[in-house]
Amino acid sequence: MRTHDPGIRLGADIGGTFTDIALDVHGEIRSTKVLTDHHALESAVLEGIEKVTRLAEIELAEIGYIIHGTTLATNALIERRGAKTALLTTEGFRDVIEMRTESRFDQYDLAIQLPQPLIPRQYRYTVAGRIDARGKVLQALDEGAIGKLVSKIKAEQFESIAIGFIHSYLDPSHEQQAREILSSRLPDVSISISSDVSPQMREYPRFCTVCANAFVRPKIERYLTRLQALLESKGANCPLYLMHSAGGLMSVDTAKQYPVRLIESGPAGGAMFAADIAARYGLDKVVSFDMGGTTAKICLVEASQPSTNREFEVARSHRFCKGSGMPISIPVIDMIEIGAGGGSIAWTDTMGRIQIGPHSAGSSPGPACYQRGGQNPTVTDADLLLGKIDPDQFADGKIQLSSQNATAAMHRDLTDTLGCDAMTAAFGICEVVDENMANAARVHAVENGRNIADNVMIAFGGAAPLHAARICEKLGISQCLIPPGAGVGSAIGFLIAPFSFEAVASQVVSLNDFDITSVNRLLTELIATAETFVHNEAHVNTVLEITAFMRYQGQGWEIPVPISMQHLKSKHVAMIKTAFEQCYKDFFGRTIEVLDDLEIEIVTWSVKATEHKTPPATIAMIDANNNVSQFDVRTVFDPALGENVPHSIVYRANLATGDQILGPAIIVESQTTTVVSSRFDAIMQSDGSILLVSKLE
Amino acid sequence: MNGRFDIQMQVMWNRLISVVEEQAMTLLRTAFSTSVREAGDLSAGVYTPDGRMLAQAITGTPGHVNTMSESVLHFLAEIHRDEMFAGDCYVTNDPWKGTGHLHDITMVAPTFKNGRIVAFFACTAHVVDIGGRGFGADSQSVYEEGLLIPILKFASHGEVNRDLIKIVRNAVREPDKVIGDFYSLAACNEVGHRRLLEMMNDAGLDDLDELGHFIFTRSRKGTLERLSEHLPEGSWCNSLVVDGYDEPIRLVVKLTHADAKIKVDFTGTGPVSRWGINCPVNYSKAYACYAIKCILAPDIPNNFASLEPIEVSSPVNILNAVHPAPVALRHVLGHMIPDLIFGALAKALPGQIQAEGASSLWNVHFSVRPVGVRGGRTSEVLMFNSGGTGARPQSDGLSATAFPSGVQTMPIEATEHTGPIVIWRKELRPDSGGIGRLRGGLGQVIEIAPADGYEFDFSAMFDRVNHPAAGREGGGAGGAGVVQLDDGTRLRQKGWQYVSAGRRLILKAPGGGGFGAPEDRCPEAIEHDRRAGYVTK
Repeated sequence: MRTHDPGIRLGADIGGTFTDIALDVHGEIRSTKVLTDHHALESAVLEGIEKVTRLAEIELAEIGYIIHGTTLATNALIERRGAKTALLTTEGFRDVIEMRTESRFDQYDLAIQLPQPLIPRQYRYTVAGRIDARGKVLQALDEGAIGKLVSKIKAEQFESIAIGFIHSYLDPSHEQQAREILSSRLPDVSISISSDVSPQMREYPRFCTVCANAFVRPKIERYLTRLQALLESKGANCPLYLMHSAGGLMSVDTAKQYPVRLIESGPAGGAMFAADIAARYGLDKVVSFDMGGTTAKICLVEASQPSTNREFEVARSHRFCKGSGMPISIPVIDMIEIGAGGGSIAWTDTMGRIQIGPHSAGSSPGPACYQRGGQNPTVTDADLLLGKIDPDQFADGKIQLSSQNATAAMHRDLTDTLGCDAMTAAFGICEVVDENMANAARVHAVENGRNIADNVMIAFGGAAPLHAARICEKLGISQCLIPPGAGVGSAIGFLIAPFSFEAVASQVVSLNDFDITSVNRLLTELIATAETFVHNEAHVNTVLEITAFMRYQGQGWEIPVPISMQHLKSKHVAMIKTAFEQCYKDFFGRTIEVLDDLEIEIVTWSVKATEHKTPPATIAMIDANNNVSQFDVRTVFDPALGENVPHSIVYRANLATGDQILGPAIIVESQTTTVVSSRFDAIMQSDGSILLVSKLE
Repeated sequence: MNGRFDIQMQVMWNRLISVVEEQAMTLLRTAFSTSVREAGDLSAGVYTPDGRMLAQAITGTPGHVNTMSESVLHFLAEIHRDEMFAGDCYVTNDPWKGTGHLHDITMVAPTFKNGRIVAFFACTAHVVDIGGRGFGADSQSVYEEGLLIPILKFASHGEVNRDLIKIVRNAVREPDKVIGDFYSLAACNEVGHRRLLEMMNDAGLDDLDELGHFIFTRSRKGTLERLSEHLPEGSWCNSLVVDGYDEPIRLVVKLTHADAKIKVDFTGTGPVSRWGINCPVNYSKAYACYAIKCILAPDIPNNFASLEPIEVSSPVNILNAVHPAPVALRHVLGHMIPDLIFGALAKALPGQIQAEGASSLWNVHFSVRPVGVRGGRTSEVLMFNSGGTGARPQSDGLSATAFPSGVQTMPIEATEHTGPIVIWRKELRPDSGGIGRLRGGLGQVIEIAPADGYEFDFSAMFDRVNHPAAGREGGGAGGAGVVQLDDGTRLRQKGWQYVSAGRRLILKAPGGGGFGAPEDRCPEAIEHDRRAGYVTK
């Protein structure tokens, strides 16, 4: 019987279509994909684990630890399949989660359907008791009324309760009292309170977050218990950890308590994958670009850290439209996702303009060229017609692609309206989808106070290497890395994620009237919370990152300002002010110079404790030392030149470190194809990555 | 080849919309005014050198969106081309040349490329104060409403006009925030220039002539096609009575579709009011265009050509008030214009047009002070609230949701941080949705008290208290609005009023009208309403 080997780690990412497994045996990575079984998620995980361990010739018992990410929480929210949940809230505020921001996410759609509240009105109960904006008790909690609710909750057979009171982020005592009263009399009901799940100002996102947590909690608890039992029964009795939305690891117990933190854990793994490559290459500013079958995700990575946010939106009803989902305020890797993938369907609007997505042909029926019944033209069909994909070598030659079908789809939906031939329509699809992604990346960079052209792109996911070069051209990005293993990037990202926990709390303080004692008290609490979570999970050294979210008093948008001190002294206040002004300038181009007396305030504090990891061995970027001269030639359309030109065709597997391929060229491999456009050259790197370099450099 | 050229133009059109979206995001993130940052009360767009709007940010509210489309022409008329330089930025808040009241600051800036003007960027935002009597209906003329900045240079060759800053600093109540917003507006135009020049350099463009031609041709064609497909030729009238300030006001419209144009005429509408609820015609036009676009061409982007087929005319009246009429609360009637137009369209398109809604926002402005201290520093708190929208032909109305305005409400936790008030209630108002086959959206109930030791004055700007939203096709009216104190005292629906320490102000925002006969409502929907408590009777 062999035992745990800490040098063997396994990552398992359950996605919508595939469950990806990556196994790292002392630095050697093997991976596999199995179809996700939505009725028994854990069985696909086990199937994948058994498959990949067979490949590596190890036993399950040898695995050191398993890191898991799942879309279960996200899907439960999208499909509204969770526990029967009640919300207990402050009297007068029964409808916060239904009234939202009182706005419409589409100004012109009169038939608009607004997102429905997760918990319907008849399951929302109110109780008197009020904390004011300074955290003082304005009205005592009506404990008797809570006691009277018990019988209702029993009668309705609620499985889970969310508690969200006004200003509870300032004083959680009422929420805690309510939890105690209920839990003592309803021991089998799961209870989540907002001051614990998300102690941030702004009641609508905070209440949504606690409701989402309560809603998915029983389901996640059961799933994780089942999974653990199944793994143990098969001999894999190593520790199991979960990937969280901010790109770190947490224990099964923490995940059961805060399941809302599992949302978007898969994409977070992708961002960690890109961050790790950025660290190896010593790249300071990176934009990660992950394009799959249905969506493209873009994330900024600075100093090897993906940028993070404190709020995001889940379960958008009007796909990808801002405001059509549910706000969740937890620490999260800041990504934008748009409906642009290989399967995204192209159509024309009233003005005869090409539009892409958000509908996707998915993997079934798939793009028209798959010959599986798909009729609509997709991005993949366009890639095929432009010559970017070899119809005989797609997915290792497992799927024979039909240019004829792709052409027919162009004729069916596009060419009449556009008044052009199928090739031009294909060019149009690629140009529009690439422009959409470039625009999304530009706006995302602006929102983060960054200039997109300063970044190196790291592209992964099945469709990304086909489009990366053109998007770089549009963004003025001069270097792009395409790492190996890009198809299972998220699962590999799991393997390198550190243990981490971010504790966030709102407490508004003005720099002119800075209450150092209370701020230090808060910081001490946050540090203790964050460190305890990490230490409970693993005996590791931690690094602390403290961030103050600051603004000029009167503004509504806070910018993150890093704080280097763990314990503040009065002399630090001036340093915080200077740091804020510098960050403000970085974001918006200039400080507000004429307003010396404008007060600056801190609204929210965050403390992140992260496992200290030895940085990965660095990789030097290799210059070209050998021009590849042996190659086939195929005619492919180059969008920058606007014409068909001969492209060199080379195979990634045949390339050696330092090999240079002059663009325009196509680099073929089993899972994807990399387009080296006429404005780029490619250089093979020592770790198997392809580096695209602009010819203008 | 034509197809390829078209595609390049399309791609650049998308890019241009992305440029103005970045411009708007910059404003949203840097603005000081609560209504901009929390409520999205702003607008941003790019124009041809002769002042025709090319593209506009999706972020923004319809009142600004369409009004600003014409304001650039006023700037071109006032500032001679020879006096325009790189780094310039022009400003005004003239209600008749900007966006309808003094609180909206509009800034326009030229973009130069190779010494030539290739475009103008414009943006608008609502500032927290502009002097005068404060934001309310009580002024008798625009002179009392605050500082009017005629079209002039905010910055010349990149140098900010310090004299203007001094004047503003001394004329408004919260100078830091107002001046901060002036800078935010200028900065957002700068972002626009930078992004546009990058785009032109990438695409090798020296001007936007070809692109403009493409955008206008496509938009015009699309709009006209929609018009002829969806609306028969003909003429339809409608009238509507709303509360007004001290006497009811009749709004009248005649809508004519002929010769590929829609003409909107407000003849017959009530006279200019003595109070600040008048609309400059540019603002009336904005909401008329918005209403028509929602019904006929919601998916066509806003620009010069897509708005061109809509012509608005009116003799001088409350929807075409001329200088020096007071106009601070022009939104109250402006927000009623879509209901007015929908009523006319319902005659052309029976069964297809939604019922009337609360429409006018139930915004309220508080001036809070310690008990008994007059003349000292006050806390100014602004709250946005919405009633219910009218039931639609396919679905119930939206509860507590802004329409036609595009603003968002602020979290009450954030509002309570801005001043010493306590919001005791903000929740849906059962039984306020008009009955019908489809139910009107519910209004909401709000209870606000001064914090311990404080009292406040508040500026009421409410409508549909005496004239609730009418139903359509047999649907019932929405619940009427109510303004009162917790002791039952009824208050006026417009004007500044006092609430003493210890009292609560209770606002019941109106519901939307119902659609279709109530007896046709399906039993499941009735049961659902009862279970959720939307309907208790």
